[in-house]
Amino acid sequence: MTTTAPQPAASGTRSTEKLLEVEGVQKWFPGRRGGLFGQKGNPVRAVDGVTFSLGAGETLGLVGESGCGKSTTGRAVSKLIEPTGGTVRFEGRDVTKLSPRQMRPLRRELQMIFQDPYSSLNPRHTIGTIVGSPFRIQGEKPKGGVKKTVQDLMARVGLNPEHYNRYPHEFSGGQRQRIGIARALALQPKLIVCDEPVSALDVSVQAQVVNLLEDLQSEFGLAYIFIAHDLSVVRHISDRVAVMYLGKIMELTDRDTLYENPMHPYTHALLSAVPVPDPKIEARREKILLTGDLPSPSNPPSGCVFHTRCPKYKNELSESEREHCRTVEPVLEEKTPGHEVYCHFPQVRSDLVVGEPVTGQIRTTKPKVA
Amino acid sequence: MSLSGPTEFEAVAADDGLSGSGLQGDGEPSPDATSSDIAGRSLWAIAWSHLKRDKLALAGGVVIVLFILLAVFADPIATAYANITGRAGDTYATAHNTPPNDVLDTLTGLPVGDFSGVSGKYWLGVIPLSGQDMLTNLLYGARTSLVIAGLATVLSLVLGVLAGVISGFYRGWVDTVLSRIMDVLLSFPTLLFSLALVSVSGIISTSSFLRYAVIVFVLGFFAFPYIGRIVRGQVLSLREKEFVEAARSLGAGNARIMFREIAPNLVGPILVYATLSIPNNILGEAGLSFLGVGVIPPTPSWGQMLSDAGGYIQVDPFYIFLPGLAIFITVLAFNLFGDGLRDALDPKAGGR
Ligand SMILES: Nc1ncnc2c1ncn2[C@@H]1O[C@H](COP(=O)(O)OP(=O)(O)OP(=O)(O)O)[C@@H](O)[C@H]1O
Ligand code: SF4
Ligand SMILES: [Mg+2]
Repeated sequence: MTTTAPQPAASGTRSTEKLLEVEGVQKWFPGRRGGLFGQKGNPVRAVDGVTFSLGAGETLGLVGESGCGKSTTGRAVSKLIEPTGGTVRFEGRDVTKLSPRQMRPLRRELQMIFQDPYSSLNPRHTIGTIVGSPFRIQGEKPKGGVKKTVQDLMARVGLNPEHYNRYPHEFSGGQRQRIGIARALALQPKLIVCDEPVSALDVSVQAQVVNLLEDLQSEFGLAYIFIAHDLSVVRHISDRVAVMYLGKIMELTDRDTLYENPMHPYTHALLSAVPVPDPKIEARREKILLTGDLPSPSNPPSGCVFHTRCPKYKNELSESEREHCRTVEPVLEEKTPGHEVYCHFPQVRSDLVVGEPVTGQIRTTKPKVA
Repeated sequence: MSLSGPTEFEAVAADDGLSGSGLQGDGEPSPDATSSDIAGRSLWAIAWSHLKRDKLALAGGVVIVLFILLAVFADPIATAYANITGRAGDTYATAHNTPPNDVLDTLTGLPVGDFSGVSGKYWLGVIPLSGQDMLTNLLYGARTSLVIAGLATVLSLVLGVLAGVISGFYRGWVDTVLSRIMDVLLSFPTLLFSLALVSVSGIISTSSFLRYAVIVFVLGFFAFPYIGRIVRGQVLSLREKEFVEAARSLGAGNARIMFREIAPNLVGPILVYATLSIPNNILGEAGLSFLGVGVIPPTPSWGQMLSDAGGYIQVDPFYIFLPGLAIFITVLAFNLFGDGLRDALDPKAGGR
């Protein structure tokens, strides 16, 4: 990796200027025309006012159920889709309104790793072509030639460089994900949006890929937005975690606070669902089950969007408090320093996770280099 | 929320090695991570390994190659044949209808002898009335069929792929307009239109080039919506693949995405369509010629020979048999090969 390696980030130093600032980002998809009469449906509020920031070399975990808008947020940040509202600033520069042409040089700084290891690699291209495509698209000639650079990248992510001419279908899911990582790494980005990079993989392979991402982060000083649909995967890798529900952030704080002192009822439910390795503890633990269906993002509930499923709303609040939840929408705000919560009645609960959750043991699996 | 329980840890075997998933059920050993074949097997190699085992498709392929060779080398073959049989200088257009000769009956104009007058001199007999050599005419008829069918297929491919890729990629009103045009064309009474167009163009000009062009246009143009729809459907699903987003996130523009990322995935369906559309066009050309609006004599064509033979069905039944057989074999060969190719390229048969 001598040719492509950016300067390793001096460990511990974190610049005060934020790498990425996302402010009130909103993405409403036009409603599908439904019904017999073809009337225009309500817009789908996939992402509805999301605000967070990210420093260089930092990892933000983005967690939530399927359909809550995680991918859409990731895509809006990496400018794969045009947000319908809000601003995205990258290194202090507003990139929201940039045209594809103006965006092009910025693409090198901002990369993506995708969820589906099968559909994210073009089946008709060889690995060499795939990992080398960033250079071709950006019109860049790396020192030592594309092939050499690509093979270095392949070796760095744990692939056999001799497999340069092979096709994606010859690789397993985990290896395909490594190919996707190598492609994202090629232009030495500052930020990689990882959209559920391990969700499609076997648990044992998940650990290897997460470890690889961590190693690369410390080597190249990468910042990650790490999307996952459960809290167990992101705990290990994240500095801070944002919990999303129905296009909004419910709770955003640093990793340890979120896992040890979560305040939002939704976070409580998610945490109680994280399995604990010790079966005795697992059996005794309180599980907070969410009832009811996820509301449609084209027709979100009034007031607090979570109130239709909120266990606290259902079991603990008085009628006047419920009225408040139903009619007044909470805002994501700091309840204690550095701990933002979207809830009228936040309450710290520290009894939900005992010890390290399952995937917290990730490091005990020795990375196996394929 | 799907959460991975602890049990999955034990249940799942470590699998980050090459599994060769595309090759399972293939009867061949999967390559493993340590295997030394560096090149790897392309999807084409896999398709070929499937095709190799499909005997019917292979036979079809052999016949197709033979057919193409015959058409391409019609001149030297015909010359050699004429020399061998002592008819040097005899071409497909050479008529032997001037008496006295041993070819045609001077009274009826029918070939002398059995089976249209098969002999050492005329291996497949001669054509009634003109006395032209049958084999030579069949040979040049292959060329006519191939050229017209091939050009018509190319025309429908070019139009269809362009229309399909553009409407599938851009969607919206572009797609609506193109799709409606294709719908209209598909519901068009093509045969009647062809008859009218070709006969009109035959009246205004006897140029055989114009006739060729009109036949190619009629066959190719009205068929393009078929491939257009196939391609459009493929592109609609391909454009949603994450590898397209990956290219976009690297800064690739629309043209690059259409031609570098999406198009390579269309080669399979296009190839299959082409092999299945050529026999259609061969039949189409034969049909037009049979109806008397195809190529005109002296240009030989199987369809036109068929049409001619219809008049002699009672007195010279062997005549209709030969061009009929030629069309049948060629069409069958293309169809067998095309079907085999489709199966071989099918992702379900070939792994991912
Ligand atoms: N192109 C689109 N057009 C219309 N609606 C869309 C589009 N893309 C996403 N949506 C909707 O927006 C919502 C959020 O989708 P998104 O893919 O961001 O969810 P997600 O959190 O990534 O879910 P998952 O875990 O399943 O990947 C969903 O309801 C989805 O149906
Ligand atoms: S605001 Fe009310 S309904 Fe919403 S999460 Fe808090 S307690 Fe539940
Ligand atoms: Mg998603």
